[in-house]
Amino acid sequence: MITFDHVTKKYRTNIGLDDVSVHINKGDFVFLVGPSGAGKSTFIKLILKEINADEGTIRVGDFEVTALSNRMIPMFRRKVGTVFQDFRLLPKKTVFENVAFAMEVLHKSPRQIRKQVPQILSLVGISDKAHKYPDELSAGEQQRVAIARAIVNNPAVLIADEPTGNLDPDTAWEIMDLLDQINLRGTTIVMVTHAKDIVDRMKKRVIAIESGRIVRDEAGQYGYKGAE
Amino acid sequence: MGSLMYNIKQGFIQIFRNRGMSLASIFAIVAMLLILGLFFVITVNVNLFTEVVKQDYDQIEVYLLEETTNDQAKELMAQIKAKDGVTDVAYRTKDEALEILKQRWGESGYLLDSLGKNPLPASILITVDSLDNAEEVAAYAGSLPGVDDMLYYQETVEKLTKITDFLQIGALIIMAFLVVVSVIVVSNTVKLTVFARAKEIHIMKYVGATNWFIRGPFLAEGVIIGMLAALISSGLIALVYSKLVEAVGAQVLAIVGCPLISVGYMTTNMIIIFLALGVSIGAWGSIISMRRFLDT
Repeated sequence: MITFDHVTKKYRTNIGLDDVSVHINKGDFVFLVGPSGAGKSTFIKLILKEINADEGTIRVGDFEVTALSNRMIPMFRRKVGTVFQDFRLLPKKTVFENVAFAMEVLHKSPRQIRKQVPQILSLVGISDKAHKYPDELSAGEQQRVAIARAIVNNPAVLIADEPTGNLDPDTAWEIMDLLDQINLRGTTIVMVTHAKDIVDRMKKRVIAIESGRIVRDEAGQYGYKGAE
Repeated sequence: MGSLMYNIKQGFIQIFRNRGMSLASIFAIVAMLLILGLFFVITVNVNLFTEVVKQDYDQIEVYLLEETTNDQAKELMAQIKAKDGVTDVAYRTKDEALEILKQRWGESGYLLDSLGKNPLPASILITVDSLDNAEEVAAYAGSLPGVDDMLYYQETVEKLTKITDFLQIGALIIMAFLVVVSVIVVSNTVKLTVFARAKEIHIMKYVGATNWFIRGPFLAEGVIIGMLAALISSGLIALVYSKLVEAVGAQVLAIVGCPLISVGYMTTNMIIIFLALGVSIGAWGSIISMRRFLDT
């Protein structure tokens, strides 16, 4: 599903990723761990083509991301759902409109939108909040909206950048349950996290990055002592 | 069609939800258009004034000597009429001249009744087809025998034309300047709104929105704001102008013998011009200010 082939990304003063090759299978649930500044964000930004690699090729599904023209970027991003630590909801739109927006971008019909948005909202468990604005919701509820928006177009891949970073432990576990369910429906999930307890308990594949290199890639443990 | 409706609807929703900024933008454009409108009204009226004056003063009055007989006068008229550029010649008797003077003096006209003898000369009124010929015709008429003196307004008209030309060029420069200033002001206002929503635009890109999809509602927003501002300012100017015409119109007519442009004509033209200006200011304002946010 996602393939990095000898990918290098240098910044002016330091290295983001150094000759990284990795393959993530369709339907996988992968944790991306490592200390701050290790290259996790670079990894995610390269997948989303927010930044361009200096060397190597990246493939996501049918797209060769590294060769994507600017005009094709929007088409590509529609196939990838994204969830962030800070939720990134549109503050002037209601919950319903936030999710509907992702469908409007794909020129879905109003009828389809009216039908599908409530289904997704009920899947993530916030049907009753459809007409509230983001700032009227709790952090956990906002993240549910973000997840609803990320999956409403049935993306093959869901990128989650510290989705539980702003949540209390109980809420974090609820979100993890939700992500697990989505993964069970066949969506490939790549999740960046610092939460050792979550990684340890989920027992999924863990890719550890340090100083721009993959230092460990195995199922199971978070593997860092003393990490946050 | 569906996406046009979508953009218009989103534009209205955005305007409503950002009421404060929308109102600020509308006021900024209205203020600019009002000043523009003031110059527009002045220019158009000065134009009309000049035209009217030019028409009124394309006449040369040739005063005849006391001893010139009617037959000699007829002879003179025939000679003048034969000249190039002369469209009409008319004879004004001593009595007619006195009558006109009496009318002009109005209530004090009775004073002229006490004159024992009519002091005014008979005259020939020459109408020329264009002011450019006036000087030549005047010189020719002045050289004819039996002519005492003559009066024509060429210098006055030329001075007036110079002044109005100057006024019009000045107004045009100021108007062009104002258009540039208003585009800058509006694009800055819109830039503030866009800047406030830079995060939103970023999020839209994450969801896979194309640049035109993101631009659409902002563009609609700018156009709607521009249209509203155009309607408000032309409405205000039409109101003030109609009051002005009502209040001073009659007097101005009496003093300079020149009408003001009609309210209907002024309003129609202003709405068309302002709508075009408002819409393009709004549209350009949003396109310019969004450019840098759509790069990545």
